[in-house]
Amino acid sequence: MSSTTTIKSPGSMVNMRQSALTYLVHASVLLLVILWTLPTAGLLISSFRDKDQLAVSGWWTSLSASEQNLITRTGAPDTQIEKDGRFILTGNIADEGKSIEIIAFGGNSRYPMIAEPGELIELNKGIELTMNINGDYQMTSPVAFTGSRGKRLFYTAIIPPMFGLDNYAEVLTSEGIGQSFINSLTVTIPATVIPILIAAFAAYALSWMQMPFRGLLIAMVVGLLVVPLQMSLIPLLRLYNDIGSVFGVGAKTYLGIWLAHTGFGLPLAIYLLRNYISSLPREIIESARVDGANDFDIFTRIILPLSFPALASFAIFQFLWVWNDLLVATVFLGNGEDELVLTARLRELLGSRGGNWEILTASAFVTIAVPLTVFFTLQRYLVRGLLSGSVK
Amino acid sequence: MSGLTLKNIKKAYGKVEVLHGIDLEIKKGEFVVFVGPSGCGKSTLLRMIAGLEAITSGDLSIEGANVNNLPAAMRGIAMVFQTYALYPHMTVYDNMAFGMRIAKQSKEAIEKRVMEAAEMLQLVPYLSRLPKALSGGQRQRVAIGRAIVRNPRVFLFDEPLSNLDAALRVQTRIEIANLKEKMTDTTMVYVTHDQVEAMTLADRIVVLSAGEIEQVGTPLELYNDPENVFVAKFIGSPAMNVVPAKLQQSAAHSVINTGIGKDVQVAIDSTKLQDGEQLQLGVRPEDLELADAEDAQLEGNVLFVESLGEVTLVHLENVGQSDTIVAKLSGIVALEKGQHLYLKASADKLHLFNAAGLSLKRL
Repeated sequence: MSSTTTIKSPGSMVNMRQSALTYLVHASVLLLVILWTLPTAGLLISSFRDKDQLAVSGWWTSLSASEQNLITRTGAPDTQIEKDGRFILTGNIADEGKSIEIIAFGGNSRYPMIAEPGELIELNKGIELTMNINGDYQMTSPVAFTGSRGKRLFYTAIIPPMFGLDNYAEVLTSEGIGQSFINSLTVTIPATVIPILIAAFAAYALSWMQMPFRGLLIAMVVGLLVVPLQMSLIPLLRLYNDIGSVFGVGAKTYLGIWLAHTGFGLPLAIYLLRNYISSLPREIIESARVDGANDFDIFTRIILPLSFPALASFAIFQFLWVWNDLLVATVFLGNGEDELVLTARLRELLGSRGGNWEILTASAFVTIAVPLTVFFTLQRYLVRGLLSGSVK
Repeated sequence: MSGLTLKNIKKAYGKVEVLHGIDLEIKKGEFVVFVGPSGCGKSTLLRMIAGLEAITSGDLSIEGANVNNLPAAMRGIAMVFQTYALYPHMTVYDNMAFGMRIAKQSKEAIEKRVMEAAEMLQLVPYLSRLPKALSGGQRQRVAIGRAIVRNPRVFLFDEPLSNLDAALRVQTRIEIANLKEKMTDTTMVYVTHDQVEAMTLADRIVVLSAGEIEQVGTPLELYNDPENVFVAKFIGSPAMNVVPAKLQQSAAHSVINTGIGKDVQVAIDSTKLQDGEQLQLGVRPEDLELADAEDAQLEGNVLFVESLGEVTLVHLENVGQSDTIVAKLSGIVALEKGQHLYLKASADKLHLFNAAGLSLKRL
């Protein structure tokens, strides 16, 4: 059809090699994306599944029906009717208004699934049981049924996939995730805003205000980036407690964790913002100075609006880091119901409810919902803020 | 009345002195242009007048009052930057109103002044736009408008046209000329390296070189009577040709010879000089014409020819000299590469400089 593609030229070899490489790159990227997103997808799907189904099958089977061995009871003995000298209990095991598909049943815990639907089996004392595929059962006995509860029935049913928000409702209300969510916000929002404010002022001063030892100050701030958090945690806590006791501030309070996160976030914040702010055109600032603006006017009216991408990009970093932090929260915040942050609550649930996957998956998703929202709404600033200053 | 006075202004960065004592008196309402090669200190001088650079020593007064230690905003100046320096996140109106808002003026007063300036510069349709939605010329007009709104005593321009393309440059230059007509009380200082801007806009031009003033004068003074070789070569395009010449006879009317044609008598007094002294002869390219060998003052082999239709620029290899000679011949002249040419200029178009490069004054 097309004559041009049949012509082989040295150039087309190069193109072919390039395209092979391109395919390789694309394939690797795809593989990485799948590796990274698959567990999250599994977590998300699991969190919406019915807890009984979750317990017996993996999330990848969630769209197909599952077999479950279940126990129920017949109607209570006071519903029995007498017919031809036998006492009969009859009914349907499905929930009101629902249909069910039975593949096996039994009436004895020792041999729970001995019969196929439609078979008549004999239990002890001349009691006979039959069950249809749709869950209709009939139990007959030569003597009257006694007791207040119905007899046990064992059956294997095919349950269609069930999804719902029940898990979320449960963790948000009864498992304390809701309260921890609020605690986490209480920690994260001030711990994001405070360092940005301080760092923006510092970055302006370190970029545009003449002062002695400015270079040394910048070098010190950059140097602080290498101080490991783990090393300074305990000295910092002791220092805070000593100073706090002078002012009558309790040991494990929100103020402490705000200050701790501020301190740990500031070096990176000042470094990022200074790089951005010092790359703003000098003429704009000089022009504002000629227009009569002092440093504070220049900062609030010119620098802050123009640095929005950098501020947003650091805000994302700091927000994610504080939200996901467990270590600092464990050290600086107590274990009370109104202090436990989400990460600490998750760890606690892992211990106490480790088998309840529905709770863990839903809790995990409540935890990452906020970072995901923050990331997706501000991601264009993240990219722009990271590139700004380096690429003009 | 004096608009701006500079007395022995010096600027040093550490131990490096970049301005070596500038003395200059600018009258109120005068339009003065600073020109000079890059690195000569013209922008630094302007920034010192603006208050953006500290003055190392000397006195700077605006309308009689010393402003050495006043911050930029208190000096009664306004500045237009090369890169416009508009606030990118504010509309044109907000850009122009910024200074008055900082000064906490009333809304009505701000609106009145901004509208006046916008009308003067035909910016009214663009007032609600952001700078990024404007063309380069419009941006520069906004920058000028922002300066006008400040109602300055001294208006400073730092190479305001160098970011514009050729057509806009001409148009904006005319607008600045109009502005100068309208603002007769405002002293204007304009830094440029473009000669056309300097020649067309300036009441007086200040030629700077290596941190010192070479000459101050009206555009035509500089063109006709440059005080030294530097100014002679700097003003005028293409630059003046300077060749060695010998003073044959020092008298009220000097007689010189460049070693090519006959002796030439020029109306320049050289009675204080010795016969036979080595001088420098300056001839502007546009004053040269083709000549016979015996009438010529200059000669050379054609290196290349630029035919512009209206004129023909001929570049000649000046045998034995490093500089080439450029001649601007009127009309279209058929010349070949390598051809040997003789050139002459009439005696009243010749400039003479002594060995140190200082001009010998015409009578």
